[in-house]
Amino acid sequence: MKEIKIKTRDLTLYYGPKMALNSISIEIPEKEVTAFIGPSGCGKSTFLRTLNRMNDLIPNVRITGEVLVDSLNIYDKQIDVVNLRKKVGMVFQKSNPFAKSIFENVAYGPRINGINNKTKLEEIVETSLKKAFIWEEVKDRLNDSAMALSGGQQQRMCIARTLAVEPEIILMDEPASALDPISTAKIEELIFELKKNYTIVIVTHNMQQAARVSDLTAFFYLGELIEFGKTKKIFTTPDKKHTEEYITGRFG
Amino acid sequence: MSRKKDITGGFFIGVTAFSAFVIIAVIIILLVVIIKGGKDTFSWEFLTAFPEDGMMKGGIFPAIYGTALLVLIMSIAAVPFGTITAIYLTEYAHEKSVLAQTIRFAVRTLATVPSIIFGLFGLGFFIKFVGGGVDDFFLGGELKWGQPNILWASLTMALLTLPVVIVSVEEAIRTVPRELREASLALGATKWETIKRIVIPGSRSGIMTGTILAVSRGAGEVAPILFTGAAYYLATLPTSMSDQFMNLGYHIYILATQSANVDQTLPIQFATTMVLLLLTFTLNLAAVIIRSRLRRKAK
Amino acid sequence: MDKPVEKGKFVFTRESLKKKFRWSEFLSEKIITGVAFLSITIIVLIFVFVFKEALPIFNYKKKEAVKVEQVQKQEQYGGEADQGQTNSSGQEQYGVTTNDTMMIENQARAEDTIVHGSEQATFKSLAGKKWLPVSDNPRYGLVPLFVGTLKITLIAMLFAAPIAILAALFSASFAPYWMREIIKPAIELLAGFPSVVIGFFALMVMASFFQNIFGYDGRLNAFVGGVAMALAAIPIIFTITEDALTAVPRTYTEASLALGATRWQTALFVTLPAATPGIFAAILLGIGRVFGETMIALMATGNAALISVNPFESVRTLAATIGAEMAEVVFGDTHYNVLFLIGSLLFVFNFSLNALAEFYVKGKLVKRFQGKQS
Repeated sequence: MKEIKIKTRDLTLYYGPKMALNSISIEIPEKEVTAFIGPSGCGKSTFLRTLNRMNDLIPNVRITGEVLVDSLNIYDKQIDVVNLRKKVGMVFQKSNPFAKSIFENVAYGPRINGINNKTKLEEIVETSLKKAFIWEEVKDRLNDSAMALSGGQQQRMCIARTLAVEPEIILMDEPASALDPISTAKIEELIFELKKNYTIVIVTHNMQQAARVSDLTAFFYLGELIEFGKTKKIFTTPDKKHTEEYITGRFG
Repeated sequence: MSRKKDITGGFFIGVTAFSAFVIIAVIIILLVVIIKGGKDTFSWEFLTAFPEDGMMKGGIFPAIYGTALLVLIMSIAAVPFGTITAIYLTEYAHEKSVLAQTIRFAVRTLATVPSIIFGLFGLGFFIKFVGGGVDDFFLGGELKWGQPNILWASLTMALLTLPVVIVSVEEAIRTVPRELREASLALGATKWETIKRIVIPGSRSGIMTGTILAVSRGAGEVAPILFTGAAYYLATLPTSMSDQFMNLGYHIYILATQSANVDQTLPIQFATTMVLLLLTFTLNLAAVIIRSRLRRKAK
Repeated sequence: MDKPVEKGKFVFTRESLKKKFRWSEFLSEKIITGVAFLSITIIVLIFVFVFKEALPIFNYKKKEAVKVEQVQKQEQYGGEADQGQTNSSGQEQYGVTTNDTMMIENQARAEDTIVHGSEQATFKSLAGKKWLPVSDNPRYGLVPLFVGTLKITLIAMLFAAPIAILAALFSASFAPYWMREIIKPAIELLAGFPSVVIGFFALMVMASFFQNIFGYDGRLNAFVGGVAMALAAIPIIFTITEDALTAVPRTYTEASLALGATRWQTALFVTLPAATPGIFAAILLGIGRVFGETMIALMATGNAALISVNPFESVRTLAATIGAEMAEVVFGDTHYNVLFLIGSLLFVFNFSLNALAEFYVKGKLVKRFQGKQS
């Protein structure tokens, strides 16, 4: 087993009076792909968003327990959320390019980090786009609006944009749910490539996708972590009856 | 029975349609009458010449210039302040907080305060308090800023148009999708960086609409400048912030009610009214079009 | 924690993740919050400064209590007939105090007039029936101004309210989509017409038009002014009413239609009553608009401070009085203070209307729709 990158201890989250996550404890190893599965509303996306504190933006959210990233509790008062998010990047369900050129989209992160040198930016943009397998498709139109790209291209550009900040962990919230099968295949291929260097946590609705791309799978149900283990095991011989029912499609 | 219902219903719908028709008809009549009365006098020269013979002849250039200067200074004051207030209300304030609600109430109140009250405030605050204070402290009592001028008139007008800007910009900021803010924050941007790089550029059209509406309002209002800076007649254009200025709306008012021979200047009055009406009309039309596009985009 | 460090890679450490203080963040938040306070500040400043300039009226009662006697001992003059409206006493007295300041002199004059008939001073003067601020014997009776303002508001609302509300009902309930897309922007454009343009139109066109129809003497009167003001009030009433009508939940109208009511019955008996608080707010704000309108009043009403119920007689409104006279008064004069007092009254009145529309009406609407639905 590899080093543990993210570890949560009794993480509980409330939206106002409603408990959305109940005492989640999990250990996510580095440089592997961990998939969160479960029916919609089970808390898997909410949990993902606690890992880089995106839930901070929602009013009335209360969190107890700990989230340790490299053994540091990210909910510690001393933690700088802005820097945390630079190291724990996120790719969203709906591709969300800024209304700027492709170049400016990818250069956004480096720019806010104070990099203004044109050649340096060009270098970062190129390597990021290459890592996201989209360089060949866009290298001749970097100054075109990112809105002109197809949905799948937009999503890969958003991944490149995240990579440009050089995170260690990439959280993906159903990154392929709005895409056609070909684009989805490209994203999956990309995830497989990225796990060599990054720790990836992916929320997915699509169980085949989880089975294909992930090394570990966590099954969530009604705000609780039901089962967590090797993907192969979860999909063949799950311990819990609930998991089996979900995987075999009896509910969800 | 049902036939009777139909007649009553038809009559009722007819009455409502007629009411709407009356309003539209009045708008058209007003436009047509003013344009008909003014078009013969209207010319390039009319726009660019000074008044002559005690404003009995000649053009309205100083009034156009004064109005333009007024709305320019006004916009410089109102647009940034209005935009920042809108940013506070959408990005920083908690929707339910007492402070946010109080500010909203203040903005709405400000929007309904009669324009003449702004004039009084301009006189009491800008001219007497601020201007008079500056004169006493820095100029040893010499009367320079403690009297009506274009700066005080513009600032008074800025207060009047502040709510116009706030409302337009706020509406536009709300059309910037939450996903874009999240994307920016997830890349490690701070709140202010996100506002500066994503939210403000994303609401440019709203800031534009707000500015246009404010300019249109500022160009047309007369009551606030009656005693804060507008002048009947000036032989020269204002060159300093402490100068008085001529104004299109005020020019119409003066010519129509105070001039020695109202009938003789009637063509000039109509032409001046036409200029002001077309100016505000065009600006408002532009704002309406931009805004309806924005609303469609929001959907 | 010992971690394998890759070259050029950054590792989480307590140091690198330590909360940073960012000046730009701190300053931007403080500045933005500060600027947002501006709207509140302006309202407060308007309160303070408009009232401040009106305040001497309330003070001078004390100051003048001593002065009055001295003043009265000085020269006495016979009053002139004030523009044909002679005071009942026929003779007036006023003091000329060459040594006193202008302000005190004028206050004394005013005081003098009042003392003449009654022991109650200032407030009685303001409650008087004559507005003669620039006569030798100035009187600041606000009654004719209030009567004029109310008269014109009433006339304006009699025209504006039904037309605007019916038109809003048409737009919200009956008009086909394309028609609504014309009516709404057109009325938005009417809202953008400067009031000086509407005033000019009333003065030059409407006045003659109505005179030809009704055949009255004075071209400019409350009726012309009122109709012109209706043009200014219509967009406000229309817009707010339309919003209120379209905000009525679909379930209401659908239920009514399902029960076999026709479209117009639903509109009249279901939609319209459901939106009453909003329509009430629309009328309140319309009244506020007319009450405070200056330029139309200045240009189209004739500006004579008469007390009469005849709609075809000239009137002078509160706002027009400020607009017409402020430019010619002496700073600090009683007349000046009284004009500010009028401004304060307008402001308070408008503020109250707005607050009423805001809190009472909105609360009711919310209760009505949400309370019943849940």
